[in-house]
Amino acid sequence: MKADPTGVLTGAHYLDGDFACGEGAMAAGCRFTAGYPITPSTEVVERISRRFPMIGGTFIQMEDELASMAAIVGASWTGIKALTVTSGPGFSLMMENIGLAVMMETPCVVVNVQRGGPSTGLPTMVGQADMMQARWGSHGDYELIALSPQSPQEAFDLTIAAFNLAEEYRVPVMFMMDECVGHMTEKVVIPPADEIEIVPRRLTAIPPKEYLPYRVEGKLIPEFARAGDGYRFHTTGLTHDERGYPVMSAECQEVCVRRLVEKIKRNTDRIVRFDEENADGADVVVVTYGITARVARMAIDLARKMNIKVGSIRLIVVWPFPEKRIRELAGKVKAFVVPEINYGQMVLEVERCAAGQAATIHVPHGGGGVHDPNAICEAILEAAK
Amino acid sequence: MSTTVDPNQVAVDEHPVSPFLRMDRIPHIWCPTCGIGTVVKCFATALDETGVDLDKTSIVSGIGCTGRVAGYMKLDAFHTTHGRAIPFATGLKLGRPELLVTVFSGDGDLVGIGGNHFIHAARRNMDLMIILVNNFIYGMTGGQNAPTTPLKARSSTMPFGNFERPFNLPHLAASCGATYVARWTCLHIRRLTKSFKEAIRRKGFRFIEVIAPCSTLYARLNKLGTGFNLMQFYHDNAEIRPDADTRDVDIEFQDNIICGKFVDEERPTFTEMMNEHYQQKLGDKYVPLPPEGGLLHE
Repeated sequence: MKADPTGVLTGAHYLDGDFACGEGAMAAGCRFTAGYPITPSTEVVERISRRFPMIGGTFIQMEDELASMAAIVGASWTGIKALTVTSGPGFSLMMENIGLAVMMETPCVVVNVQRGGPSTGLPTMVGQADMMQARWGSHGDYELIALSPQSPQEAFDLTIAAFNLAEEYRVPVMFMMDECVGHMTEKVVIPPADEIEIVPRRLTAIPPKEYLPYRVEGKLIPEFARAGDGYRFHTTGLTHDERGYPVMSAECQEVCVRRLVEKIKRNTDRIVRFDEENADGADVVVVTYGITARVARMAIDLARKMNIKVGSIRLIVVWPFPEKRIRELAGKVKAFVVPEINYGQMVLEVERCAAGQAATIHVPHGGGGVHDPNAICEAILEAAK
Repeated sequence: MSTTVDPNQVAVDEHPVSPFLRMDRIPHIWCPTCGIGTVVKCFATALDETGVDLDKTSIVSGIGCTGRVAGYMKLDAFHTTHGRAIPFATGLKLGRPELLVTVFSGDGDLVGIGGNHFIHAARRNMDLMIILVNNFIYGMTGGQNAPTTPLKARSSTMPFGNFERPFNLPHLAASCGATYVARWTCLHIRRLTKSFKEAIRRKGFRFIEVIAPCSTLYARLNKLGTGFNLMQFYHDNAEIRPDADTRDVDIEFQDNIICGKFVDEERPTFTEMMNEHYQQKLGDKYVPLPPEGGLLHE
């Protein structure tokens, strides 16, 4: 369906990535946000707290990130679209209730404007080192979805996509910005509401007497009932059956957790999204995401001037990873070059999918700045040999 | 002369509060002589006698023995993470303001791991009814020391007796801004039920502490006898002192337990403060989130 116009600030704007992300959330129909101040993400909730009172939304600044995450999970069970925003240290605290959102199958969006880590690290400077935490940070087995924008325009567009995916698959979606994109100011075009496609919260049509909160009947995603509509359902972070009742057994664990994993895995082809350029016929493919994708562009141009056949894949949806495409390309290219602002995270996925068929060269950066394009270019030249 | 109970007859007769319970989950997991069941019964009775709309009533629990209460109540029920029942409930309440949101959990959950959320929800006068069952110990994990364990009492992690001062919970709640504060033991079933009924009708951060026996761990580790002996102790040592100064209601090991309603006042809730403030500042431009929840389509 189309977006509700009350939240949509149609027009051409000059916005930073954080503000654009906040606008994206409001356009997507988000009407509840809980957050705790943390650099470099706070501008997202500052934007939202200024606009929410005029569009029927509630913002609350919670006492910490544990509480912020718990609050958005609770709010989402009233059917409202809910968001929280943070950076590395807060993201660590949110892991507990991200797991709860996974287990209860609660749609919500978590924005992480990444800065340098570990620990307090570089609060005001860029990092891309939470990519694995986004995937594996909460305990136990699960799958979720993560996106990474490369510009303020994408911060707007992909925040809407993040909400849509959260609704469609009933998962928490990680929105993995980085400080550069968050604080970069560019033109952002917000289309009219009737040009924005959103996935609304779909409430079950099954009457309360027949409803079971986790019955799927062969599908992968259960029907949603919200609190206060007479369903009197039960939901828990414990391993549960289709009634939402705890069952402590290996058999129930298998049914419950396998579906949490399968609902994403089996839909991977529908969820993955990446920009591909000249990858067919290339000798070298650069795999990037976020701000690093923009830095790598210059390196790619430099390499092309030296007649290197180089293509690129820019991850838009980071998790699930576009495994199939990387495997295909691995049989055709000499090497993948993976620059990222960390000491080796998404490169591990590329390497796993390349499975020895193509070389994988990582171009690390410890954070606090972006790559020198020459360093990426050198890696491309090395890879093309 | 003893009477023999026919088990078939018991099964046929419906318990008066069974409509409020998930009978398909009974028997519950609580130990014989545990006090939690009594508190649940009083809560169910209070729901019944106040006639609140059960479709619009939610219950949120954390983790632990009392954390299992949400799982047995036939309401929209959320069994959440350890310590996070209050912030989860905060989201639920703010997402759909018309709901009556109750939090039912234990001392370790609400004021140990969840203590920060407890004080901030009280400070905000968040519109939540908090029922805290205090058994002086971490029950489900095996009797470890709690922030409520009285000085000198033994626990499995204070095998030589506790040397940390415990919280005085009514005082903690009151000093942080709770607008309704009461304490009872689970022997005081009528007074406790009355408190629940009052609290259901009030708004704001309502806090009711219920002292309850843990015979399996607390009583055993401290050689206090059975659950019956603990109830006997409450009978002999609970002192009802309405409107007591909450500074004076500390609980010492095997000493008087001061009970009563200590605070009952009206102050605007978080939502009321927010609405009034924005109406003042923004006038007609302010669009509050509707009571039935925010922006739903279809």
